[in-house]
Amino acid sequence: MTEIATDQVIDARGMACPGPLMSLIGAIRQSQVGTVIEVWSSDQGSATDIPAWVAKAHHDLIEVVEEDGFTRFRVRKAR
Amino acid sequence: MDDGEGTLSIALFSGTDDKLNAATLLVVGAAALGRKVDILLQYWALDAFRAGNLTKDHGLAPEAGPDGAVAVRRLLASGGGQHWSTVLDQAKQLGEVHVHACSLSMDLLGLDRSDLDPLVDDVEGVTAFMLAADGQLVFI
Repeated sequence: MTEIATDQVIDARGMACPGPLMSLIGAIRQSQVGTVIEVWSSDQGSATDIPAWVAKAHHDLIEVVEEDGFTRFRVRKAR
Repeated sequence: MDDGEGTLSIALFSGTDDKLNAATLLVVGAAALGRKVDILLQYWALDAFRAGNLTKDHGLAPEAGPDGAVAVRRLLASGGGQHWSTVLDQAKQLGEVHVHACSLSMDLLGLDRSDLDPLVDDVEGVTAFMLAADGQLVFI
């Protein structure tokens, strides 16, 4: 499997709900289809909210990676 | 993106910062999922939306108590949370979110359209609000 490169990283650590999701939505809106965006979040709500929004908006959640004290969400703009 | 779940209608009565914050989180969540949101500002919520009033200290609901007040102050001091008026502004840019001032509350508080913050879209009666309420109605 080929490694999927990240085009843009949003460091939203320290932002409270719904800051990280809002940052992701803003970035997705401004990017081209196919762009891979990675959000770093320390907000617990992101664990449910980011996957829920990505599914609802019909984008692709490539992976969710737990780091020390935060989570990385990698999302590809699909449409 | 809209799966036809209907409008989220919020009758916003309370004017304390905790309730306004909780309400705007619901608003932005619904807007992110493509749902239309209609907010009717009544009584003390309308007072909070007077021009120049948004970011003032509106206090907390009585149930907060001293411990709750400390917890809210800690969250604000951390800098991680955004003011509810900023979150509402984001929600309006994100989706179809309308903020209406209740006409009766306008009379009650002696307000004119020009007395309100630009986040308020118009002045509306309860009948127009209820006519547009084709989904859930939440009272906060």
